[in-house]
Amino acid sequence: MTVHTPIYLDYSATTPVDPRVAEKMIPYITEHFGNPASRSHPFGWTAEQAVEEARDEVAKLVNADPREIVWTSGATESNNLAIKGAANFYSGTKGKHIITVQTEHKAVIDAVRELERQGFTATYLAPEPNGLIDLEKFKAAIQPDTVLASVMFVNNEIGVIQDITAIGNICRENNIIFHVDAAQATGKVDIDLEKLPVDLMSFSAHKTYGPKGIGALYVRRKPRIRIEAQMHGGGHERGMRSGTLATHQIVGMGEAFRIARLEMKAENLQVRRLRDRLLAGLEEIDEVYVNGDMDHRVPHNLNISFNFVEGESLIMAVKDIAVSSGSACTSASLEPSYVLRALGRSDELAHSSIRFSIGRFTTEEDVDYTIALMKSKIGKLRELSPLWEMHLDGIDLSKVEWAAH
Amino acid sequence: MAYSDKVLDHYENPRNVGTLDKNDPQVGTGMVGAPACGDVMKLQIKVNESGIIEDAKFKTYGCGSAIASSSLVTEWLKGKTLDQAAEIKNSAIAEELALPPVKIHCSVLAEDAIKAAVADLKSKQPA
Repeated sequence: MTVHTPIYLDYSATTPVDPRVAEKMIPYITEHFGNPASRSHPFGWTAEQAVEEARDEVAKLVNADPREIVWTSGATESNNLAIKGAANFYSGTKGKHIITVQTEHKAVIDAVRELERQGFTATYLAPEPNGLIDLEKFKAAIQPDTVLASVMFVNNEIGVIQDITAIGNICRENNIIFHVDAAQATGKVDIDLEKLPVDLMSFSAHKTYGPKGIGALYVRRKPRIRIEAQMHGGGHERGMRSGTLATHQIVGMGEAFRIARLEMKAENLQVRRLRDRLLAGLEEIDEVYVNGDMDHRVPHNLNISFNFVEGESLIMAVKDIAVSSGSACTSASLEPSYVLRALGRSDELAHSSIRFSIGRFTTEEDVDYTIALMKSKIGKLRELSPLWEMHLDGIDLSKVEWAAH
Repeated sequence: MAYSDKVLDHYENPRNVGTLDKNDPQVGTGMVGAPACGDVMKLQIKVNESGIIEDAKFKTYGCGSAIASSSLVTEWLKGKTLDQAAEIKNSAIAEELALPPVKIHCSVLAEDAIKAAVADLKSKQPA
């Protein structure tokens, strides 16, 4: 089999829509175009039926009741609706303190920051160096007025899986609403909301081979969790999220989650095998560091730092593979990944990190090509690197007095 | 980030990568930058008996523009006297490589590296 470059290894950024999903969506753009809220004719009834079947499929993947699923435009909206909606609804009775984590997605961090501007207070927990939360530190962050906690299931950059059951139980004991951003978790880890002590959970379609622009928020019914709507209008989705439902997008998300439910077990085995092959290949390179815990981690993710190589030149060197960098060198100011910084990684290691995320359509040939490419390019850049030369000469770079500029 | 063809050429095929003996009295070494800032340049020059730069080598940890800036100046330095070398300006480097404004600091670093290498060499030579 030949390898087509650039090779896509950025499945945590987004996934291609599975062809089976696309096929199922198309009739709902053209012939079955009705508004699911139209109650007076078959166009509406057909669309409504498709929407409800998709709702069933989303609920089934996470073992929830379909009535607990609210359609949104994606995980960013779900996070905003959950955090602002619950914080505002319960602040009067419970209080105005929120707990979240420094390594959360910006959609969570910035939603909490906005609430801080509105008079809430917040604790941003630092994770341990492996990316996981220390439960004792979580407990210690709880205040009498803590109303809400938001912790992501799977981290988007380093793929680590938090202990949602344990954190949720702590929240239950302390009467704290618990929100979980599960955008990176669906189809990768088993989610059973009948058992998980979680009140609100955000989902996205496009991380799980569905279309962009559609997501969902799980809102627990027993015990009933209330949220204040953030989008007002026709009272769709039981008043929690107004706006005409995007039938074709919803159908796509339902089909994507149905396929995930049926195939995730086998798919995760294959993906893990490829990821471990990639890791074994890259670990043959000297001075590489895996970021994040390898045991509590989704099989798709490998985040690795290549010491003594600068991040932007690294990205230039590996243009045959589509990956994400821990370095955001889009402007004059270098800004290393805030997630890696929160793990305590040095600026240099954070800059020289690459996130490889593997998926449904990755092949063994793709992985082998990537290993060979990385070996050759890292070798070339290190030949160029005065830091690598100093390292080989046994110089401790942390003790060098640099002429900073 | 769109790089100019000249930057890409120097990045793909860097000239004069390597290391000269820094203890050689005919060799001057300049090391500028810091890892935390994202670029470190090491530039070395070797002069012959008549004071002409006959060899120049570099190693750079940094972005494509930093690598290209240092690669370019090793080409420019050969055949120059120390005084001529010290006259190389960052603006000329930036112009030759068509560096965008956010990458001008790479050319500044290259100019600093030349000055540091020349100063090191002069300090080694009998007054």
